[in-house]
Amino acid sequence: MEGWTQTGLWLTVLLSGAYHGASPAMGWPLAVSAGLMGRGRRDLLAGMGQLAVGHLVSVLAVLLPFALVLWLVTYQDRIRIAASLLVILFGAYRLVQRRHPRRLARIRPTQLVLWSFAIALVHGAGLMILPVYLGLCRADGHGAFLAQGVAAGNLQTALAVALLHTVAMVTTGGAIALAVHGWLGLRFVSRSWFNLETVWALSLIAVGVLGLIP
Amino acid sequence: MTIRPDPTFHATPRLAMQAEPEKLAYTLLLSPDFSQPDALAVVDLDPQSQGFGQVVSTLAMPKARDEFHHFGWNACSSSLSPLTGHAFLERRYLIIPGLRSSRIYIVDTKPDPRHPKLHKVIEPEEVFRKTGYSRPHTIHCGPEGIYVSTLGGAGPDGTDGPPGIFIMDCQTFDVIGRWEIERGPQDKHYDFWWNLPRDYMVSSEWALPPQFENGIVPEQLLANKYGHRLHFWDLRARKHVQVIDLGENHQMALEVRPAHDPVKQYGFVGVVVDTTNLEGSIWTWWREGGQFHCRKTATIPPEPADPADLPPLLQGFGAVPPLITDIDLSLDDRFLYVSCWGTGEMRQYDVSDPMAPKLAGSVHIGGIARRTAHPNGKPYAGGPQMVEISRDGKRVYWTNSLYSTWDDQFYPAGVPSAMVKADVGPQGGLTLDKDFWPDFPSGFRAHQIRLEGGDCSTESFCYPSV
Repeated sequence: MEGWTQTGLWLTVLLSGAYHGASPAMGWPLAVSAGLMGRGRRDLLAGMGQLAVGHLVSVLAVLLPFALVLWLVTYQDRIRIAASLLVILFGAYRLVQRRHPRRLARIRPTQLVLWSFAIALVHGAGLMILPVYLGLCRADGHGAFLAQGVAAGNLQTALAVALLHTVAMVTTGGAIALAVHGWLGLRFVSRSWFNLETVWALSLIAVGVLGLIP
Repeated sequence: MTIRPDPTFHATPRLAMQAEPEKLAYTLLLSPDFSQPDALAVVDLDPQSQGFGQVVSTLAMPKARDEFHHFGWNACSSSLSPLTGHAFLERRYLIIPGLRSSRIYIVDTKPDPRHPKLHKVIEPEEVFRKTGYSRPHTIHCGPEGIYVSTLGGAGPDGTDGPPGIFIMDCQTFDVIGRWEIERGPQDKHYDFWWNLPRDYMVSSEWALPPQFENGIVPEQLLANKYGHRLHFWDLRARKHVQVIDLGENHQMALEVRPAHDPVKQYGFVGVVVDTTNLEGSIWTWWREGGQFHCRKTATIPPEPADPADLPPLLQGFGAVPPLITDIDLSLDDRFLYVSCWGTGEMRQYDVSDPMAPKLAGSVHIGGIARRTAHPNGKPYAGGPQMVEISRDGKRVYWTNSLYSTWDDQFYPAGVPSAMVKADVGPQGGLTLDKDFWPDFPSGFRAHQIRLEGGDCSTESFCYPSV
């Protein structure tokens, strides 16, 4: 983990948030639609807020279980390796199985929180920052051998990581949505959409591999 | 799967109107006596091309007795909603159901759109086994894949259980299963369409298979036994929410045409015939306060005729009913085109005020009694039937056959394939193009038309035109 300074890790949390926010597949066009179908900018921002809540809960759903077991300081390495392998496996799965689960199409257009939660979960948005989070916990944990203090610190870090990631996601996605709504027009929806499924899957594998480095 | 969304996907109806005009049409040809397999014809629509208005190629199917009717694309502009997860599908495959055989053909229009190839055949047994439905009809691509409405239930005559909608996978084309979770009182089917962001579906009723397969049954029609209701559904919950009975004399509610702009919560449906006075009618349905409503907003009267000019079916009436067999709405939701297959007229209504359609244009061609020839002098059998509008709304194309056995009752002299084009004036009005007259292979009848890059009866949009 040499070279992965704490600043670098936090920066990765921010950048991954911006990446997720900019991706149309994570929902900003739905916020534009909410604005256009409703009362304008107010509904757009409300839609973006719903997407953010779903994304935040989805990331926390992945990070919190790890935050809770990390107090087992003796098993930290094994947990880190298991988590990294999980992320790599999921990335490999995304490479092979690119299909969007049809079940998601049953979620109503008005259930943006649920949709955002589900889409982030099935794409592994939370998994993508899991190795980064574990890296941060190790950076934090240097010299701290009191298990209880470590656990509380890990929880705080998980919340901070998820919040920061989501703030970056909603800021980026929201800015694009506002720009499309106010200036760029809906032509931008198809123009800005690139098939990043492969890049996404490879990103998962890459962060997983980095997480394996002791 | 592609790297960028298909260039024929457009976020809004307005963007689709601004896109490049269509250059090819795909037209279904059916063999009315089942002596040869049905076919798909490709017609050149490019005015700059040497072969403008001519048949480029025909693709014959491997089996006979399918009776082609309606068909659709595997993907459309609705893929541009993140909710579908289909952003990188290509508009590439035509899904062509055999209404009589329940066989479904998947035709690939790439790499050469002028010479499409057969990609896959879904045998009737797979449809029967997985859905309990038969006689597939309307195709729409949507959030859960490809939706197919059917006109028959199980059993040899399709009356063992109600007909409904089933879903196909939009990549593998596997039949997945029934769409409905709760169907309420719905027991007949015809067309369906939806408003995707508003999350509702509307479906209509024609008849059960014994009422149409061997021809129209006059006693059943006069007893008002054909369909006359509209059904409204919760799209994602797959549940029936409301039924509106148009009145039993309003026989055969067929094409459902919602406004393309999803911010508008209304649409139209055409009724073939009113058994009390032989009128055809246009109805406007709309949603208000969470409830659906429907009202008759235009009527077209029958035309008196000498019984000597009429087929036996109509001789007793001494009149020709207009028989509204298809309607189609332009992408700007301004003009509604109404096929009067009996009287031989294509009507254009200005529906800027959907509650008060105003007649804006009309063209006579064919007809049971009028038998108007094409402006190029060629006879046109049958009447205006399946109608398709170019995305930009400037051109309208239509064919002449309704359904093999019904053609024979209303037009006993036969209905050889014809496809015509009319140009639309800037403020409405219709003029037939004298130079457009594809020469289809003989022995066929022409049915539905699909335009390369999408058209007004296949595209669903998820963003409003602003």
